Amino acid sequence: MDATYLDIARGLSAEIVLVLAALFALALDLGWLRREGGRERTRAVGVLTIVGLILAAIPVCQMLGNGSQRLLGGTLVVDDLTLLFKLLLIILTALTALISLEYDVGRHVGEYFATMLFGAVGMMLLVATEELITIFVALELTSLCLYILTAFHKSWLRSQEAALKYFMFGAISSAFLLFGLSLVFGVTGTTNIRELMTGSLTPLLGVGLLMILIGFGFKVAVVPFHLWAPDAYEGAPTPVAAYIATGSKVASFFVLTKVLLLGFAGGAGSALWGKFASGWAMLLAVVAVLSMVLGNCAAIVQRNVKRLLAYSSIAHAGYIFIGLIAAGLTGATSVMFYIIVYALTNLGAFGVVAALSARAGGEELTHFNGMAKRAPLLSLLMLIFVLSLAGVPPLGGFFGKFYLFAAAVGQDARHFGLLWLVVVGILMSAVSLYYYLIVLKHMYVEAAADDSRIETPTYLNAALGLVALAVILLGVFPQPTLTLLNSLLSRVL
Amino acid sequence: MHTDWTIYSSLIGAGLVLLLPREAKNLIRWVALLTGLVGLTVALRDYFHYDAIVTGLVAETGSGFVHLRDVPWITALHSRYHLAVDGISLPLVVLNGFVCVTGILFSWNIESRTKEFFAFFLVLIAGVYGVFMAMDLFLLFVFYELAIIPKYFIIAIWGSTRKEYGAMKLVLYSFVGSALVFIAILAAFFAAGGQTFDMLELAKHPLAREIQVWIFPLAFAGFAVLAGMWPFHTWAPTGHVAAPTAASMLLAGVVMKLGAYGCLRASMMLFPAGLEHWKWWIAVLAIVGIIYGAAVALVQKDFKFIIGYSSVSHMGFVLLGLVTLNVIGVSGAVLQMFSHGIVASLLFAVVGRMVYDRTHTRQLDELGGLRKAIPFACVTFVIGGAASMGMPGFSGFVAEIQVLIGAFAMSPWLALGAALSIPITVAYILNANNKVFMEKDDHGGHHDHAEDGHGHELPPISLPEKAAAVILMALLVILGIYPSIMMNMIKPNVELFLRGLH
Repeated sequence: MDATYLDIARGLSAEIVLVLAALFALALDLGWLRREGGRERTRAVGVLTIVGLILAAIPVCQMLGNGSQRLLGGTLVVDDLTLLFKLLLIILTALTALISLEYDVGRHVGEYFATMLFGAVGMMLLVATEELITIFVALELTSLCLYILTAFHKSWLRSQEAALKYFMFGAISSAFLLFGLSLVFGVTGTTNIRELMTGSLTPLLGVGLLMILIGFGFKVAVVPFHLWAPDAYEGAPTPVAAYIATGSKVASFFVLTKVLLLGFAGGAGSALWGKFASGWAMLLAVVAVLSMVLGNCAAIVQRNVKRLLAYSSIAHAGYIFIGLIAAGLTGATSVMFYIIVYALTNLGAFGVVAALSARAGGEELTHFNGMAKRAPLLSLLMLIFVLSLAGVPPLGGFFGKFYLFAAAVGQDARHFGLLWLVVVGILMSAVSLYYYLIVLKHMYVEAAADDSRIETPTYLNAALGLVALAVILLGVFPQPTLTLLNSLLSRVL
Repeated sequence: MHTDWTIYSSLIGAGLVLLLPREAKNLIRWVALLTGLVGLTVALRDYFHYDAIVTGLVAETGSGFVHLRDVPWITALHSRYHLAVDGISLPLVVLNGFVCVTGILFSWNIESRTKEFFAFFLVLIAGVYGVFMAMDLFLLFVFYELAIIPKYFIIAIWGSTRKEYGAMKLVLYSFVGSALVFIAILAAFFAAGGQTFDMLELAKHPLAREIQVWIFPLAFAGFAVLAGMWPFHTWAPTGHVAAPTAASMLLAGVVMKLGAYGCLRASMMLFPAGLEHWKWWIAVLAIVGIIYGAAVALVQKDFKFIIGYSSVSHMGFVLLGLVTLNVIGVSGAVLQMFSHGIVASLLFAVVGRMVYDRTHTRQLDELGGLRKAIPFACVTFVIGGAASMGMPGFSGFVAEIQVLIGAFAMSPWLALGAALSIPITVAYILNANNKVFMEKDDHGGHHDHAEDGHGHELPPISLPEKAAAVILMALLVILGIYPSIMMNMIKPNVELFLRGLH
C-alpha cells in the first residue's frame, strides 16, 4: 500500500506530460504567436498539442504489460485495462486536435487547445481511478473543460446558449452525483468502489445509487437526461462535439461500468422478463428502452447533421446500457468493445462533417447534397462510418451490436430473460437505418447546387482513412480485440 | 472446388472498379464484365465437377456438402468462416453468375456515375454468392445484410419512377426482415447451448418443440419478406419498378431467392418441428400470394408492374413447394428458384432495357406496335412469357408442374388453388404482349417503322443486349427440354435434406 511520490508520478506521467503540453501551448500562443494570423496559430498550436499527446502516449505504452498497481488504496490504478483506455483517449484527443487544425476556432487558439488537453487529463484520471471522490473530481475537470469548449463559437448566440444549457444541466447532474456519493459514503463508510457493497441494497444505499445513476445519466446523455445533448452538439464547434460524443462518453461509460459491476454488483436486482426485481438493472432497462426509442425516433426528423448524430448517440447509449444490464465478464467485454467501436466511428463521422461543413456552407443535411461528387473520398469514408453506426456488416458497429445483444441474450439463455430488451434494440436499429440512409441519400443521391470539388488536406484524409480502416478491421477481425479485452477485464472483475 | 472464389473475385472486381478513374467508362464496364465472367466460370466449372466429387462423399458421410473453407473466425461467439455448397445451393450460385453477367451486359448503356454503379453492383453480387455458400448462421447473416445496402444506392441513384421511395421501402422491409432473423438466430444459438453457429451442427440436435414453434415463424417470416411472401410482398413491385434494369434483374432474379434460400436452409433445416406446426399457414399464404400476384398483374397499366407482381406470384410457387416437404415438391421449388431467376431477369430486361430505355414510357396504353420496331424484343418477350406461364418445353413448366404434384400430395386443394393462377398468368402475359408489341386496332399502323409514337426512330437492339438475352433464353430452353441436367443434382440433395428433417 505504501506508494512513494515517485510511484505516483510514474503512474501519472502521461497526465503530467499533457499538463505541461497544455501550459506550453498557452505560452506559445500568448507569447510568441500573438501577431500571427489565426490560421497559422491554429496550425502551430494544434501541432504542438498533437506532439504533446504523442509524447504522453510513450509512457503509457511503456507501462503496458508491467502488471497492475493500485496506488493510494485504488485512487490511482495502473493496469493494462486502464492504460489501454488511456491510450484510446489519447488517440481520440489527438484526432480531435487534428480535425481542429483546419477549423476556425476563433481568436483564443491557445486556450482552445489547452482546455482540450486539460479535458483529456480529466478523462484519463477518470478511467484510472477506483475511488469515488477522485471520480467526481476527474468528472468535473472533464465537464468544465467541455463546457468551456462548447462556448468557443464566441460570436454565435447558438453556441453560447448551448454551452449555458450544457453547463446548467451538467452542474445539476454533478449535484445529484455528489449527493449520491455522500449518501453512499455515509452508509458504507468507504469511498473505494471495491468495498462499497458488502451486504444487500439498503434503502438509503439505494437512494444513493439512484442519485449516482442520475448523475451519470446526464453525463452519458440518456433519456430522460438527454435534453442538453442535441443543443450542445449543434452549438459547439464540430471538433468539440466530436470530443463530447467520443472522449467524454468513453471515459464516463468506462467508470460507470466499474461503479456498477465492481461497486454495486450485488445491487443489480433483475431485469429478466417476468422476474423483475428492484435494483440498478431494472432502472437501466427502463432508461435503455426510452433512449433507444426516443433517440432513434427523434433522429428521424432532424435536418442538421450534428443534431442527428446527437440523437443517434443517445440511442447508442441505450444499446450500451443493454450490455451493462447483461453484466458479468461477457457483458463488460461487449460494453468495452462497443465503446471503442462507437468512439472511433463517431469521431470519424464528426471528422468528415467538420472537414466538409466549413466548405459546404453549413451543417444542414442539404449542405451535403452531392458530396459523393464533390469529395468522393470523404464521402466514401462517411459511408463507412454511417453504416457502421447503423450496424451494417461487415463493419465494427455491426459486430459490436451483435456482441452486445448476444451477451444480453446469453445472460439468461434458458428463459430468454433479456430477450425483450434485445428485441427492442434490434427493431430500433431497423428504425435507425432510415435516418442513416437519409444522410447518405443527401451525399450520394441528391444533386449538388454547386458542383465544385472540395479539396481537403491529405493528412486529414489519411487520418480519417485510418479510422475507417480500424472500423472495418474491428468488424471483420474482432477476435484479437475481444480476447484482449476479455483477459484484461477478467483480472479486474 | 473453389466456388468461394466467386465471392473474392467479385469483391476484388469491385475494388478494381473503385481504383479506376471515373472517366474510363469502357474500361470499367469491361472490368466488371470480366469479373462477372470469372465468377460464372468458377461456378459453372464447379457445377459440372460436383457430381464426380460428391458421389463418394454421399456414400461416405451421408451428406451432399462439399466444404470449401472452414476456419475459426470469431471464437468468442464460436462462429466459423464456413463455406460449403451442395446440390441445392450450387444451382443458385450458377444462377447468380448468369444474372450477374447478363445484368452487366444489360447495363452497358449506363453513362452516369458508371464507376459507382458497377462497384455497388459487384458488392451486391459478392454478398449474394456469400449467402448461398455460408454454412455458419452468423456468416450467413453477415452476407445477407451485405447484400441489402448496395440495393438502396443502386435504386435510389440510377432508378426511375419514385426511386427514392421504392429504394427506402425495399431496404427497410429487408432490414426489418433481417431483424426478425437476427432475433431468431440469437435465440436459436443460445437455446442450443451457445456452442456453435454451424447450421449442420445445429441441425443435428434440434431444439425442443415448444421453442421451435416460436422461433420458426420469426426466422421464416424474416427471410420470407425478401422472398416476397404475401402479405410482406409490397416492397417487391415498387422496388422492381423503381430499380434500373440490372437491379430489377438482380432483385427478382437472385435477391428474392436469397429469401427463399434462407427459408430453406436456415429456417426449415434448423426448426423442423416448427415447420411442421406452421406449414399449413405458410401454404395458405403462398397460395394467396400466387393468386393475388397474378390477379393484380392482370390489371396493371404499367408494363414493369406486371412483371413485378408476376414475381410475387411465381415466388409463391417456391414457398408452396418448400412446405410440401416431399421430394418432388421441394425439388420443384429449387428448380423454380432457378427458372424464375432466369425468366424474371429476361422479362425485366425486355421491359426496362429494351422497351423503356428506348420509348421512355412503360404505360401499356402508350406503347404498341413495337413488334416491327424492335422485333428482337418481341421474340424475347414471347419466349420469356411462355416460360413464365409454364408452357411445356420451357423451364417454368418443369418446375411448376413438380410443385403442383408435390402440393397435390399434401392436399389436392392446395394444388387446385395454385393451378388457378396459371390461366391468369397466360392472360396477363398475352395481354401485355398484345398491347406492347402488336398494333392497336384503333390506330393501327402507327408503328410500321422503327420509331416510337412521336416519330423518333428507336435505336436498334445493341449487341450486348442480344448476347445477354440469347444466354438467358438458351438456359430456359435447355432446362425445359433437358431438365435432368439440373434435376439430377437437385433431387438427391433434396432427398438428403428431407431425410435430415426427421
